[in-house]
Amino acid sequence: MKITAKDVEHVAVLARLELSEEAKEKYTQSLNDILEYMEVLNGVDTKNVEPTAHVLSLKNVFREDESQQCLDKKLALSNAPEEENGCFKVPRII
Amino acid sequence: MSVEFEVVIGLEVHAELKTKTKIFCSCPTEFGGEENTHVCPVCLGLPGTLPVLNERVLEFAVRAGVAVDCEIANFSKFDRKNYFYPDLPKAYQISQYDLPICKEGKLEIAVDGEKKIIGITRIHMEEDAGKLLHSGNTITSSHYSLADYNRTGVPLIEIVSEPDMRSPEEARAYMEKLKTILEYIDVSDVKMEQGSLRCDANISLRPVGTSKLGTKAEIKNMNSFKALQKALEYEIERQQEVLEEGGTIVQETRTWDEEKGITVSMRSKEEANDYRYFPDPDLVPIIIEPDWVEEIKNSLPELPDAKRKRLVEKLGLSEYDAGIITESRALAEFFDKTVTLFNEPKTVANWIMGDFMRLLNVESIEVKDSKVTPEKMAALLENQADGKISGKMAKTVFEEMFVTGKTADEIIKEKGLVQISDEGSLGEIVDNIIEANPKSIADYQDGKKKAIGFLVGQIMKETKGQANPGVVNKLLQEKLSQL
Ligand SMILES: [Zn+2]
Repeated sequence: MKITAKDVEHVAVLARLELSEEAKEKYTQSLNDILEYMEVLNGVDTKNVEPTAHVLSLKNVFREDESQQCLDKKLALSNAPEEENGCFKVPRII
Repeated sequence: MSVEFEVVIGLEVHAELKTKTKIFCSCPTEFGGEENTHVCPVCLGLPGTLPVLNERVLEFAVRAGVAVDCEIANFSKFDRKNYFYPDLPKAYQISQYDLPICKEGKLEIAVDGEKKIIGITRIHMEEDAGKLLHSGNTITSSHYSLADYNRTGVPLIEIVSEPDMRSPEEARAYMEKLKTILEYIDVSDVKMEQGSLRCDANISLRPVGTSKLGTKAEIKNMNSFKALQKALEYEIERQQEVLEEGGTIVQETRTWDEEKGITVSMRSKEEANDYRYFPDPDLVPIIIEPDWVEEIKNSLPELPDAKRKRLVEKLGLSEYDAGIITESRALAEFFDKTVTLFNEPKTVANWIMGDFMRLLNVESIEVKDSKVTPEKMAALLENQADGKISGKMAKTVFEEMFVTGKTADEIIKEKGLVQISDEGSLGEIVDNIIEANPKSIADYQDGKKKAIGFLVGQIMKETKGQANPGVVNKLLQEKLSQL
């Protein structure tokens, strides 16, 4: 077992997830299964293979520095749970 | 007994790029503007949208890289830096992690005439976050925050230095140099007060003679060169005290409190720096051809170091004067242009560093907005050199020119500022004054050479200040020696 319940807790905190004891146990097992499978892949000889940065063979996709219409302010704020003075109202940080 | 400590400082500088649009979408980057009006589905992080890199951002990043001697990566990519904060709508920032666009550069600084090379570890491209406005008077007394995402997605380059600086003065010199270079290559507005140039400092102490780095603190929120220097000075004292009392430095982020003049610990994040970077699948890799890098290199203007060297070696300015003039590209270009029209570099430098810079400062005007142009300044200096007006008159003319933008000739005519240099007409006045002041003449002949000053004063009074002092002095000397 490479991944411990503690690792799962750590990742859950980072992802702002609350996990039950049961779920923690289950995810610890699942994550270890995934890593075990990775071990199989690690067995492949990749000496002459370039590392992959992207699954598509595209490169250098750019856009010109020209501005376009922005979203209407009302529309932009339409998904805000709460708004005030044209801003998204969010809980106090810190 | 106390241990001597060595200070180790590294800087992380963020510069907003001067593009028209954001890094991954077509929203304008304009400063100001009503809240949440420069936003679109991409920069708001709405599901199903795709970022596409602004080609100008890449060009500007490479420009900055070659200007500080970096190696430009042949292969570069974007990564996601994951963290939750309400100024970041996607809950990740698109940045560059292991394959930044530029690495291993350097720049030269000078402190008290001592030159030193500071290494640049890397430069990478990333997007800026939004702005949070706090409802209370301070962040801690507020109950909620208001998020404005106009700034979200504005392109930044982050320039990371090596821990090569050994004093707050060196850190300041590095920051000033970097600002100058970015201004010269025209990729950023570099305004610290407006936040288009920002800086975080990593600072630690270690006993002199050791090479292992001490535990560092990261200092944020320094919004001016002065703040940077003061914050670092304070932090050195603080760390030294802790170490001398046998304590240990906690690795943490501290914020500079300008009003109190201290650094304050920001809560140390429980899960510090676990950003779980991974390649952003929405953006494809960047492959850069060496030819293009060469092209950008050739398109750079003369950089501050080269300019300063030319001003000293070719034009005979002092290192100090050349340093001041080349600190801003606009000023340096003003100087160059004026010298092509009036070929006395030292005189031009004195005028620029004296009255011109003084008035610009007093009126808070930038060189480009000034009504005085190189052409107008050169014409004024021509008038003075010809003896048409005195140095004192030239000052008056310049001050008027600065306010009204009128040419020297116009002002001279309007004010009737004509210097009398004609020896014939001045000679008559000199004769009259000599005749009218027998006591001063006697004093002079008794060896009281100072009496000549009084006579000059009388002549100036007689001519309403228009007499050429050089000619007056010469005539007086001549005539007095003939008596
Ligand atoms: Zn946008």
